[in-house]
Amino acid sequence: MITLSHVSKCYTEGIPALNDINIEINEGEFVFVVGSSGSGKSTFLKLLTKELEPTEGQIVVNGTNLRKIRRMRIPKYRRNIGMVYQDFRLLKDRNVYENVAFAQRVIEMSPRQIKKDVPLMLSMVGLAAKYRSNPKQLSGGEQQRVAIARALINKPKILLADEPTGNLDPENAWDIMNLLDSINARGTTIVVVTHNMEIVKAMKKRVITLSKGVVVSDIKQGEWNA
Amino acid sequence: MHKISTYIYTFKQGIINIGKNKMFSLASVATMAACIFLFGIFYSIVGNFKNIVKDAEEKVAITVFFDEELTEGDIKEIGERISKRSEVKKMIYVSPEQAWEDYKEKYFEGNEALSAGFEEDNPLANSANYQIYLNDVSKQASLVKYINQQDGVRQINKSDVVANTLSDFNKLLGYISAAIIIVLLLVAVFLISNTIMVGINVRKDEIAIMKLIGATDFLVREPFIIEGVLIGLVGSLIPIGILYFMYGRIISYIMEHFIFLNSIMKFLPANQIFKTLTPVALILGVGLGFLGSRITIRKHLDV
Repeated sequence: MITLSHVSKCYTEGIPALNDINIEINEGEFVFVVGSSGSGKSTFLKLLTKELEPTEGQIVVNGTNLRKIRRMRIPKYRRNIGMVYQDFRLLKDRNVYENVAFAQRVIEMSPRQIKKDVPLMLSMVGLAAKYRSNPKQLSGGEQQRVAIARALINKPKILLADEPTGNLDPENAWDIMNLLDSINARGTTIVVVTHNMEIVKAMKKRVITLSKGVVVSDIKQGEWNA
Repeated sequence: MHKISTYIYTFKQGIINIGKNKMFSLASVATMAACIFLFGIFYSIVGNFKNIVKDAEEKVAITVFFDEELTEGDIKEIGERISKRSEVKKMIYVSPEQAWEDYKEKYFEGNEALSAGFEEDNPLANSANYQIYLNDVSKQASLVKYINQQDGVRQINKSDVVANTLSDFNKLLGYISAAIIIVLLLVAVFLISNTIMVGINVRKDEIAIMKLIGATDFLVREPFIIEGVLIGLVGSLIPIGILYFMYGRIISYIMEHFIFLNSIMKFLPANQIFKTLTPVALILGVGLGFLGSRITIRKHLDV
């Protein structure tokens, strides 16, 4: 589902943020990508969302070679990937309903379908009652749920999360991780970049560790008990 | 091709954006209105100047006299050929009898008895002529050249100095107008694009989010363009309204308080000025709003 072959990314000449990365993530996997600041975790995600171009190597996501994709095709590609960020990145001038509906508007879903899908998705993330609230009126955990609802409304095959619990208290952090786990159980491939080793260790999923731009370990889900 | 619901959504979003960014929208409308107001004032002044010059040009005529042996029929035949030239606006045939009548009226007024001696023998018998008025005095030389080539033409009376002065003044007015219009447009584009840039910078995070969700350039750009076009439309209608209201009053004031101008100047009526100014200002406002928002947002679309 996601294949990185000999991928390197240099921001300034000679200093690689990622260096010769080879990663294969299969359909339906739940993968944590961990590492200290500057290890290349965010660069890894930005390469997958096509915000950045690799300096070298090939990235194939969902059968799409990101090096060959044309600029006008990028929006369509992104619609198959749900993104969740540490700072939620909600549209501050729109309410909860509109934030989630916006993701459907970009794929030109009919207004009738939007009216049907959005309340269902908000119920799934436990925010049905707050559909008219402004993001500013919600707690961090609730805002992250809105972001997850927005990421999932178009039923993407992959969900990428960049420090999704970074701005949350432990209780909300666990709520969000449980929500992601339940989404994964329905078949969505999930890649979570995080610092939170407590959660990583407790969930016992596949863990890829980056350090100074290289993969230093890759513990598969079944290898945790070993 | 997008769905109709997408067009409706982007249009609504453009209007909502104006409401949400009231201060920015007001600043943009004010900038646009100020630029178009200046343009309108300048256009009205130049329009009136051009009218004065045109008025003067219309009074410049060349007079063509013919050989003695030519009959009235021959003269009218030459006149027919001249009248087909594109430089000619109007031609008046003055017969020898009419020439004598005009002369008497001018020089023997009050002493009609003095002219009675000439009644039997018209002293201006060979003065049949054509008074020719031109569309454009700068074309006088080419018309005179053509007339000179006609057999039977004895003399052409013309004033090169007047024609050249008016023609040069007209050219100068054209250059000044073009220069001022270009400067005004550049200032307008700079101010408007700066105002829009401030508005877009405030919302660049929002644009980035939209792009990361998978919004096409169209969906992100369209509300901004609708916003720019509406701001341009309002920003041009306001100064046009004010100028229309002011124009008649200013002309009346000038005519009342500077009476000496009445004899040398004929101001254009408001309808004539605004018949051109209104569509030009609307196109400018809407066009600047459209281009300003499109150019400014372009660099933010690369996410």
